[in-house]
Amino acid sequence: MTDALRDDDVGLLARRPAERSYLTAGTTLWSWLSTTDHKRIAILYAIGITFFFFVGSAAMAVIRLELFTPQGDVVSADTYNRLFTLHGVVMVWFFLIPSIPATLGNFLLPIMIGAEDVAFPRLNLMSWYLYLIGGSITILALLLGGVDTGWTFYTPFSTLYSNSYVMIAAMGVFVVGFSSIATGVNFITTIHMLRCKGMTWMRLPLFVWAMYTVSLVLVLATPVLAMTMLLIIAERLFDFPIFDPRTGGDPVLFQHLFWFYSHPAVYIMILPAFGVVSEIITCEARRRVFGYQFMVYAMVVIAVIGFLVWGHHMFVAGQSPFASMVFSFLSFVIAVPSAIKVFNWTGTLYRGTIRFSAPMLYALGFLGLFTLGGLTGLFLASIPVDVHLTDTYFVVAHFHYIMVGGSVSAFFAGLHFWWPKITGRLYSESFARFAAIILFFGFNFTFFPQFIMGYLGMPRRYHEYPPEFQVWNVMSSTGAVVLGIGYLMPLFYLAYSLLHGDRAPANPHGATGLEWSIPSPPPKHNFEQPPVVFTEPYAYHGWKKAPGGAIATRQDQHEEEGG
Amino acid sequence: MIPEASSIAGHVDIIFWSLVGLSVIIMAIVGALVLTFAIRYREGTKAYRGPLPEIMSREFEISWTASTLFVALFIFWWAASSQIPQFIIPKKALEIHVVAKQWMWKVQHPDGVREINALHVPLGKSVKLVMTSQDVIHSFGVPAFRIKQDVLPGRYTSTWFKATELGDFHLFCMEYCGTDHSRMLGTIVVMKPADYARWLATQPHHEDLAGEGARLFTALGCSGCHGPSARVPAPSLVGLYGREVALADGDTVTADEDYLRTSIMRPEAQVTAGYQPVMPAYQGVASEEQVVALIAYIKSMKAGRSQMR
Repeated sequence: MTDALRDDDVGLLARRPAERSYLTAGTTLWSWLSTTDHKRIAILYAIGITFFFFVGSAAMAVIRLELFTPQGDVVSADTYNRLFTLHGVVMVWFFLIPSIPATLGNFLLPIMIGAEDVAFPRLNLMSWYLYLIGGSITILALLLGGVDTGWTFYTPFSTLYSNSYVMIAAMGVFVVGFSSIATGVNFITTIHMLRCKGMTWMRLPLFVWAMYTVSLVLVLATPVLAMTMLLIIAERLFDFPIFDPRTGGDPVLFQHLFWFYSHPAVYIMILPAFGVVSEIITCEARRRVFGYQFMVYAMVVIAVIGFLVWGHHMFVAGQSPFASMVFSFLSFVIAVPSAIKVFNWTGTLYRGTIRFSAPMLYALGFLGLFTLGGLTGLFLASIPVDVHLTDTYFVVAHFHYIMVGGSVSAFFAGLHFWWPKITGRLYSESFARFAAIILFFGFNFTFFPQFIMGYLGMPRRYHEYPPEFQVWNVMSSTGAVVLGIGYLMPLFYLAYSLLHGDRAPANPHGATGLEWSIPSPPPKHNFEQPPVVFTEPYAYHGWKKAPGGAIATRQDQHEEEGG
Repeated sequence: MIPEASSIAGHVDIIFWSLVGLSVIIMAIVGALVLTFAIRYREGTKAYRGPLPEIMSREFEISWTASTLFVALFIFWWAASSQIPQFIIPKKALEIHVVAKQWMWKVQHPDGVREINALHVPLGKSVKLVMTSQDVIHSFGVPAFRIKQDVLPGRYTSTWFKATELGDFHLFCMEYCGTDHSRMLGTIVVMKPADYARWLATQPHHEDLAGEGARLFTALGCSGCHGPSARVPAPSLVGLYGREVALADGDTVTADEDYLRTSIMRPEAQVTAGYQPVMPAYQGVASEEQVVALIAYIKSMKAGRSQMR
């Protein structure tokens, strides 16, 4: 992928850009490791999260194998506990949270607002190194023998009773938190300061809005996580009496601190997915986003209320009934903006010209899985139902529908949608569509049975289980095989496209948005000259939103009735 | 299917299945719309693709926002209000003490019968569970009863149930607690009241809880200061349970089980007004089961009429 890349563009030879693509502007390893180009940092992050995704998935494979039978016959109880902890820690902090913001966000955000780079390019590189250091520390904890606290690090188990490498893992999470904060600060500043001429707030693509809201949450929530991890280390290492009830500490205090971060963290994982899916549905339906402003407000409201619902994780933890009532109420309220988004995506399809490309299939899959994930959230917001369902597989299924069915589907959707832009290559469309369908069914096969076994009472984090749950676990484990195939396929056809794929034109999807106005892959400094924006986003058709029936002629209406 | 074996199980299930119904309806609506649009407006069809009808903009947004909010608030009201009875523990409930530890359940009946990893209860009688943990957080979950309550170290948590079906039901530890979390199981045996009484009678009887507490009260040295003939100025425990206690720091607390437990384990935490903090801490001296017995004894020290207000 060197000069041939540009020489292919025969028609454009005369006015080929003076600048090389970001991929070929410097080919040494050092040029990558010392880059401050947001696009290269995105690639560095992508390599990191891919690695961790497969580490986390490997742990999941052993877990599902173990759960195939009721007896604990594959690994020991201690190993099992370490595996699900590893799966959670790695997937949450080293894959899901950085997945969309740090890869697609880093790559696209500056281009989408017409900027040359993020506001603080060096901070951006530093955030990747922090991620690398945090990841290495966590891998070290894994290699030494792992952690057995669950990703939630509940005290006093984690501080006083666990004989595993809790401190090292907590340190890894502490460090990686700062990479999140750095990214958040960078994005907020970039969006405020570096929008090109004409790019007003209400002209921002929804993906940028998603990055903006998620950055706010990252910056405001992550410090609490960092603090909480330090408190764990302080109690474990120096016997600071914080969570130990024998010295007057309160173990439930930890849960408040932890969920004050970790519930917003759910929105850190899902808000970027909203952004990706909005871009793809509007483009592949050739239709303006239905209710752009409502989409924006919904994301802002979710980001704000997301901070006020953490107590719904603690209905049975011994918190006051009054607190439970308030948290239940707010959890129901936050369902509203989420529902608005689902309805608006559906509305965007109305009167569109829908193409079922691979990104669109992933995005539609997201729509279904996220809706079901959201609806099952209502079960867990209802106190009496939550008392029965919490800490069972119902919860496991619920958050996997949101985080995996939602976020990961959206990440794959975005990865495919912008792959031609990022790499300059086209992947095999038929393989990609096939993988999207496999992923959708594999996901449901894996996680839907978990709703049922959760309702029947199967507890989470069980190495062995009563035999009556086996039938559901077998279904789930079998489904996981299909899901695994769905995840592995893109690895192969996307890698193949890097070497043998057709060259991508600048705008293969015919999409609006500044990122499609520059060559694929983009030149090092994105734009030859600063762009100017004159229109609202998503001008996929001439008329603006709902100008009234007056424009639709009688002839049109007749056609509608006929067709 | 899972049995509905307690008085609340049916209520929980009605809400659960209503939510299932709602979810099916919404999934069906969204699914039908997506599918219809996907077919009708797929690339290449001749369907009309002009501007949206006037009504389809703000009005749609406002109406589906309002209707979702209404549905959400309705479910909140319904679910939350049906939880209120569960928050209020019946006064006359049979009180059972549960001490959880890695990885077993220890149960103390009021008349001194003890069980491990099993709990025998009479059918149709309210049972109150007063629970604490000796080490990490556990959770007492009985899916057939639809109840669950975390069991915390350092304090008591309570829940209650009324069994409505005979049989054996799973007791699971529902909060991850370490290596053998998945083996921290138990059985809830629901018996006819007559059978329960017979079962109690055949069990090896210790003293009843209060009696054991009275013995411990002397054995552990409590009576040296708190006993009727003590010379040391220590607060009297007679009629203490349930009373308001003024503390040295000006605060007032109700002398409930949590207060009594804290005052035994860490007496310096809440010092009664007018007394010196001279009592030794029993943290690590008295076991959780012994504290349960001591509290039962303190609760049994009823005030004579003359001392009543």
